[in-house]
Amino acid sequence: MNILTNCPRGCETTVKKLHATGPLKQRLVSFGIIKGATVTLMEYAPRKSTVEVKVGKTRLALRKEEADMIEVEDAAK
Amino acid sequence: MQQNSGPTCPVIANHIKIALVGQPNVGKSMLVNSISNAHLHVGNFTGVTVEKTEVLFDYKDYHFTVVDLPGTYAFTNYTIEERVTHDFLCNEEYDLVINVVDSTNLEKNLQLTAELMTMSKKMVLALNMSDEAEKEGIEINAPYLSQLIDLPAIAVSAVSKLGLDELVEAVIKVHEAPLVEPKLIFSEAVEEEIGHIQGYLDRHRFKAAISNRNIAVNLLQNETKTYRVLHDNPLWTELQPMLIEADRHIELHHDSEDIKEIFAEEYAAFNRGIITEVVKEKKQSIVKKTMTERIDSVLIHPFLGIPIFLFFMWSLFQLTFEIGSIPMEWIDAFFGWFGDLVGNTIAHEATRSLIVDGIIAGVGAVVMFVPNIMILFIGIALLEATGYMSRVAFLLDGFFHKFGLHGQSFIPLVTGFGCSIPAYMSARILKNDRDRLLTLFIIGFMSCGARLPVYVLFAGAFFSESAAGNILFAIYITGAVIGLFAAKILKMTAFKGADEPFVMEMPKYRLPSFKLIWHTVMTKTWMYLKKAGTFIAAATVLVWFLSTYPHNEELNSTYAVQVEQVQSDEEKSLLANKLQVSQLEHSYLGSIGKFMEPAFEPLGFDWKMTVALQAGLAAKEVVVSTLGVLYAIGDDVDEESSSLVDAISKNIPFASGVAFIVFVMIYLPCLAASVVFTREAGGIKYFVYLFIFTTITAYVLSFIAYRVTLLIT
Ligand SMILES: Nc1nc2c(ncn2[C@@H]2O[C@H](COP(=O)(O)OP(=O)(O)O)[C@@H](O)[C@H]2O)c(=O)[nH]1
Ligand SMILES: [Mg+2]
Repeated sequence: MNILTNCPRGCETTVKKLHATGPLKQRLVSFGIIKGATVTLMEYAPRKSTVEVKVGKTRLALRKEEADMIEVEDAAK
Repeated sequence: MQQNSGPTCPVIANHIKIALVGQPNVGKSMLVNSISNAHLHVGNFTGVTVEKTEVLFDYKDYHFTVVDLPGTYAFTNYTIEERVTHDFLCNEEYDLVINVVDSTNLEKNLQLTAELMTMSKKMVLALNMSDEAEKEGIEINAPYLSQLIDLPAIAVSAVSKLGLDELVEAVIKVHEAPLVEPKLIFSEAVEEEIGHIQGYLDRHRFKAAISNRNIAVNLLQNETKTYRVLHDNPLWTELQPMLIEADRHIELHHDSEDIKEIFAEEYAAFNRGIITEVVKEKKQSIVKKTMTERIDSVLIHPFLGIPIFLFFMWSLFQLTFEIGSIPMEWIDAFFGWFGDLVGNTIAHEATRSLIVDGIIAGVGAVVMFVPNIMILFIGIALLEATGYMSRVAFLLDGFFHKFGLHGQSFIPLVTGFGCSIPAYMSARILKNDRDRLLTLFIIGFMSCGARLPVYVLFAGAFFSESAAGNILFAIYITGAVIGLFAAKILKMTAFKGADEPFVMEMPKYRLPSFKLIWHTVMTKTWMYLKKAGTFIAAATVLVWFLSTYPHNEELNSTYAVQVEQVQSDEEKSLLANKLQVSQLEHSYLGSIGKFMEPAFEPLGFDWKMTVALQAGLAAKEVVVSTLGVLYAIGDDVDEESSSLVDAISKNIPFASGVAFIVFVMIYLPCLAASVVFTREAGGIKYFVYLFIFTTITAYVLSFIAYRVTLLIT
């Protein structure tokens, strides 16, 4: 299983599955993080505690714990 | 004027109540401002509007009420502010919904639109930010969009005031016409099930406020309210098995068991279809980064980000002191001159003292700090309006997290540097009650604008001009750091529990218009001045009264005897001063102060400081105005030093001054803020906790500061 935070800065990939549950899942879903969505990892905060990802035209800040719940396709490159 | 000539009042007949709904930061509040000349708070981050606000305006023969609702990403109750919106939409009366969407990010915004479409409410779509869309090469065919989804869609721009009249006209038209159900189409499997349920309801002549199709949709996506209503209906016995079967079918199709996620996917698919039809976007070359990305590569750089932020903060406090202190001297001189001028015209001694030593000295002491306050407000307004706020939340989340706080706590905390009241309100953006309470308890550690005068006064009194700005910066940082440690302690004791997820949208950078900043700053400054002229003036009169009465006649006569015995004028004036001082000490306020003095003696406070602190419980500006009054009356220093800064530096020892600053930094926020705190925290018991917590912390740290300063100086 490949998770989003395995990706280096700047990588673009596709969401495979969302491992979150409950309200958090709904929130991620309402931002467009759903199966098949393209996400780009924009930036890591100091010590990788927080990441910035781009979904469509939306930039989102997620804590590592949350970002780890996003399973993505195996990196092609 | 129209005469009221029938049973139906024309005013009521022409009244349209609009619910303004949209995702956060799409310009809802700004749109209301542009349409109605209201002055709602606008900012470039999620969570500016946390409470519903009604705005009234007239257009042609119509009276409009617009309810500006907090932004919501979807129909969930994720945070309190979202709950406000959801409750309003489901349970309150309104005629029509204006759904505001961001034209530059239509796909994400339509997700909420799709949910709104299942409510069977009259609705108009406002495609806001069309100016920005044009700049970014995004073209939306609004008429075609209207046609596809059967909803009037109007391109507008709240900033360049485009399309506003069309929008209002469309609202009137929709309001006058019967309800048209918007077109929302699902995948084949879902449509099939909707058809089954709808057919069943139709056959049994079921009628409700919303259409049977929408009931079917809501039942399928487990919408609680619809569920509850149908659950009590006799039809339920037959409906339930149908629903179970339908769910099974749909879940099989989507290969998922989460019905909410399934519907999100359904909506997303529908929206994608719409987007490809109506949106044309100039393909930008792939290498070219957007402006926001270029700025971000510096401002949220993993190594440079935090130092840059600290530098901004430091600059702000430097400016606050450096620039702010220039007009400060003029204002101070003006009030001194004005006091003398007015004083000379009043013969009656007590009245003269009330006006000059009471009102003018007290209010003057507060007004003196308007320039500093304005600079601070400009800084906060820029932080809010540019979009930098969310970046700082992003940068600091990791750090905050270590102290048990949430990155998004940063937003209420920063707001707290301006005023605690909106800060307490904006804590609503935090989802989890524990995190919210924790943040509420910490907000007081972020010194509000009203405490700034105390700091500027003391920094100016004890430090050289060049160092004072740094001292100011240090005071704020120290306050914030103490707040972090307090958070850690609270998190480990009172608010133990799991962490709230951190999911926050980062808006694009926007260059705020001069007008917007000017407006925000002027509104806040005006409020500060108004408070100085009303509440503070009244408090000052009270302080003056308590410090002037009762007049002790015995003292007067004792001194009169002594004065007769001395010869030189010098000695006489010395005695007159002594008399004033002992009169002050025997006043009501003096007695209170003397009574409390032993409690604050370990911190090095004299009774005047003690009284000023207590007066500060009403409002922090009163600390300064009280000191102003007390030192104006008991003017026991030489004649020419009339300014408050001089009085402070001559009368208060350095270590006591430091301890005083620490105490002011930490102790209970003002009365108004305490009321809001109690309401937001949800009970008087939290106020009691806050009182105990802040008082003990303030006392202990102030004591330490006093002792340490004594040791090292
Ligand atoms: N360019 C542009 N910016 C806008 C427009 N409307 C609002 N904004 C900006 O968008 C941000 C969010 O506005 P606000 O009214 O607070 O949004 P709300 O959260 O939906 O109430 C602010 O920075 C506004 O200046 C618009 O029509 N065009
Ligand atoms: Mg708003």
